[in-house]
Amino acid sequence: MKLNATRLVTALAVAVGFALPVCAAPVAFEVIDKTIPKSLTMEAGDPGRGKKALLNRKQGNCLACHSSSALKDQPFHGEVGPSLDGVSGRWKEAELRMILVDSKVVFEDTIMPSFYIADGYTRIAKKFMGKTILTAQQVEDILAYLNQLK
Amino acid sequence: MKKILMLAVATAIGLAIAASAKAEMKRVAIKPPNGHALSEIISGYEYRSKETKVLQDDDIQNPGFIWVEQGEELWSQTDGSAGKSCASCHDDATESMATVGTVYPKWDDKVGKPVSLEQRINTCRKDNMGAKPWKWESGPLLSMTTYVRHQSRGKPVNVSAEGPAASWAERGKKLYYQRVGQLDMACSSCHEDNYGNRIRADMLSQGQSNGFPTYRFKWQKIGSIHRRFKGCMKNIRATPYKVGSDEFVALELYLATRGVGLPVETPAVRN
Repeated sequence: MKLNATRLVTALAVAVGFALPVCAAPVAFEVIDKTIPKSLTMEAGDPGRGKKALLNRKQGNCLACHSSSALKDQPFHGEVGPSLDGVSGRWKEAELRMILVDSKVVFEDTIMPSFYIADGYTRIAKKFMGKTILTAQQVEDILAYLNQLK
Repeated sequence: MKKILMLAVATAIGLAIAASAKAEMKRVAIKPPNGHALSEIISGYEYRSKETKVLQDDDIQNPGFIWVEQGEELWSQTDGSAGKSCASCHDDATESMATVGTVYPKWDDKVGKPVSLEQRINTCRKDNMGAKPWKWESGPLLSMTTYVRHQSRGKPVNVSAEGPAASWAERGKKLYYQRVGQLDMACSSCHEDNYGNRIRADMLSQGQSNGFPTYRFKWQKIGSIHRRFKGCMKNIRATPYKVGSDEFVALELYLATRGVGLPVETPAVRN
């Protein structure tokens, strides 16, 4: 399918902390052999923010499908996907970034949403049109948090 | 001696708990015919808690019976220019409607399409009673649909996708497997690939339609299968089709064929 292709994704990077809207450039990334080796952003991922985005039910909502013993204080972990325990030991960061951005490149039939793909959807609701589920920075933040789940 | 006795009692209790937990896990399943999409056919009832099952099974407590009773009242109320009620032609619903709830959606030669039970009721109102069709998801249409389908409770779903309905079932099948919305999921992603797994606190079922119209705690009322389709599509950030649309009737038809043999449970009680 979408193998080895360089995918240019037009996503609006969300400007956080600015009072005025900032004209954001689309964030492009390069897929190499089903991985994304380079960070999507200039700013390093922040695990604290990553944990928040991972838990947020309108953002990552990762516990809907995955469980994590590091997040035992959170109720109702899902059973649909594999546990997040030791996830960074099972996958290299470049692979995990690919799975977060567009899981279907790695697992063709997966139920997992593509968290950083803005187009190509069928009957997408108007308010989500042209948007990604996560921002580029949130992808990097979640990766930084997952890196701690050795 | 006392200690041994206590140990024996504790062990017995432990075994009993383990056995009952196992019994609760065992789900009643039907063996599907060859070539069926599922290896076992299971009602959504089997995925609900003991408390929810008890509520459904008790006709006094089952909140869906409010609509059964309202439907029963409407059955003999005259409406429309012909001065007729349902009972004027169909007499006693417990006899005339005894298996109707097992076969819808059903092919209708007049309109050249399969029609849902809701649509059939409205056609009857318009053509035979000279009455205005009820709005989808309105109180009276939900009540009448629930009342009529309830007459088939316990009888196996027997929807046919043969003859002219075949292409409609095929269309419904395409919709069933079509990924939609920003979350990019198909009906099958949850209800074929992941039934029995939890998404958050909710256990995914096969998404069978044998209990509809169904009383949902989330809705605090009874609702149609089309309303449920709409909710699912919204959850995955898709633009839903309209209730009563050809797409939803096709999907309803195909979905029913996946559950042929399951007992009608109307009014079922679900989360």
